[in-house]
Amino acid sequence: MIEIKNLHKSYKMGSNSLHVLKGINFSVEEGELVAIMGSSGSGKSTLLNILGMLDELDEGSYTLDGVPIKNLNETKAANYRNKFLGFVFQSFNLINYKNAMENVALPLYYQKVGRKERQEKALKYLDQVGLKEWATHLPSELSGGQKQRVAIARAMAAEPKVLLADEPTGALDSKTSYEVMDLIQKINDQGNTILIVTHEPDIANMCKRIVHLKDGIIIEDKKIEQIRAAQYVQ
Amino acid sequence: MFSKDRWEEILEVLSSNVFRTLATSFGVGWGVFILIILLAAGKGMENGIRADFGDIATNTMFMWSQNTTIPYKGLPKGRTFSFKLEDVQAIRDNVPNLRFISPRNQLGGFGGGNNVIRGLKTGAFNVYGDYPQIIRQEPMTITSGRFINQNDIEDKRKVAVIGEGVKNELYDKEEDILGTYLKVQGVNFMVVGTYKKKSNDGDGEEGQKELFVPFTAFSQAFNKGNDVGWMAITAEDGNSISNLKEKIVNVVKEKRKIHPDDKRAVGYFDLYEQFNRVESLFGALRWVAYFVGVLVLLSGIIGVSNIMLIVIKERTKEIGIRRALGEAPWSIKKQILMEAIFLTIISGMVGIIFGASFIYGVNVVLDSVGPVDMFVNPSVSLGIVISAFVILIFSGLLAGFIPAQSAIKMRPIEALRTE
Repeated sequence: MIEIKNLHKSYKMGSNSLHVLKGINFSVEEGELVAIMGSSGSGKSTLLNILGMLDELDEGSYTLDGVPIKNLNETKAANYRNKFLGFVFQSFNLINYKNAMENVALPLYYQKVGRKERQEKALKYLDQVGLKEWATHLPSELSGGQKQRVAIARAMAAEPKVLLADEPTGALDSKTSYEVMDLIQKINDQGNTILIVTHEPDIANMCKRIVHLKDGIIIEDKKIEQIRAAQYVQ
Repeated sequence: MFSKDRWEEILEVLSSNVFRTLATSFGVGWGVFILIILLAAGKGMENGIRADFGDIATNTMFMWSQNTTIPYKGLPKGRTFSFKLEDVQAIRDNVPNLRFISPRNQLGGFGGGNNVIRGLKTGAFNVYGDYPQIIRQEPMTITSGRFINQNDIEDKRKVAVIGEGVKNELYDKEEDILGTYLKVQGVNFMVVGTYKKKSNDGDGEEGQKELFVPFTAFSQAFNKGNDVGWMAITAEDGNSISNLKEKIVNVVKEKRKIHPDDKRAVGYFDLYEQFNRVESLFGALRWVAYFVGVLVLLSGIIGVSNIMLIVIKERTKEIGIRRALGEAPWSIKKQILMEAIFLTIISGMVGIIFGASFIYGVNVVLDSVGPVDMFVNPSVSLGIVISAFVILIFSGLLAGFIPAQSAIKMRPIEALRTE
């Protein structure tokens, strides 16, 4: 599904250049649930941004579902993001003047899905995350956990090939974190490929594979026995 | 472009901060309001001055004889002469595209003595020997009876059409006028009609104190022979009399044995030239109105552009989210452009409506206080409204362009990082 070879990325900071990713080789199969771990500055967010086509790589190659991702202009990148990827952010990033259903329907709008179908689909995904009754509520009327579930529904609505989550539980207490992880595991159970950036070991342990980043290189990449979040959730 | 979702989006954004939207639109609305008012005021002046010209055929020149100033073909200078009837035919034969040539003879005039008698009453009036078509060049309304006609000319009938002013001086109220006789310098004419001229201030009074009699009867009665004192010449529409006048004057000079270089022998007045001079003044007025109006509008547009920039700044994160979710840059650009255009057009429309209401109010006041000198019916035509609309669309594009550009300039990853 994801194939990365010899990935390099550096940022220019004035006259210095900061080498963030120093040759990453990494691949993800379909249906995997991968945690990318590392301390801050390890380059995990940069990696996720490159995977998410929000940032460009300097060197190396990136293939997503057999499609080489290179030399994208903004329009094309937007199109690929819309078709291939679903994003979940730490700070939810819901559009605050749109209600839950409209937020979920947004990626479908960019796919030029008709209005009615859009709403049906949005409701379906809201139902999956257990928030159907909250469809007409604005983000400001939802709790943090609910917001993140809406964001997950939004990421899923476009039926992406890969779900990218950047610290999805970073702004949540542990109880809601587990609820969100439970949801992510269930989505993964349906065969969806998911990558999660986190620095919390307990969250990482709920994935099926942990990739450890340090100073821009992968120091550890292991498959683990998944801990189900459902046992922490009533 | 007309998708419901996009419009919902625009309305959502604009209604999210109502006061700011209103304050912004005020600038544009005000600009359009000023533009409309200025154009209407110009139009009002134009209408006022045009009304002074009345219905007079403006493509007309008047020509009369003066004294020669250069000796020619054995004739001395300082000679007085008179046009002849055959000159009229000669002009008709030699100068194309003329609609009317009306010869006229005249008695009385400014400061003249009493020349018309009816019973015990006398008065000093202008008496004109004219052809029927003069009514097309110097329009008047027939208030009773008829104007002189071709039969009058052919039969040399001694009939007269008199002005309302003449009627008031020589007749009692409610007296029957038609069929009565007036004595003009000893010759009796039967009154067959009365007229009223549209009064254009100043000579309005004078215009009602005239008698029109058939040209032929006039010539016979007052021993004018073939003489013609004065001509009113109108060119056909689409041909300017100003271009033809030289030719006409030359024909007459040739016939009357006047030196070709003698500039003072034939006097004329070119109404069309005067009219054009006024026309170009209107043109200049319109340009000033547009210029000032558009400049005022421009400051409104800058306001819109400014606010849009702030809105973009506020929405940077949102734009980042949208782009992460896969909205194409041009789509964002379009959204912002449309917001700007929508805002300008709506506020412009409000400006147009207020401007039109204001003009309507001014018209109501003008109607109730009666005519004002040089200012009649200020108004804007549909054409002006449409051009204002076009200016607005253009302004909206202008106002939205820079903000739209700055909205997509930032990369989505940076946009997402802003808090």
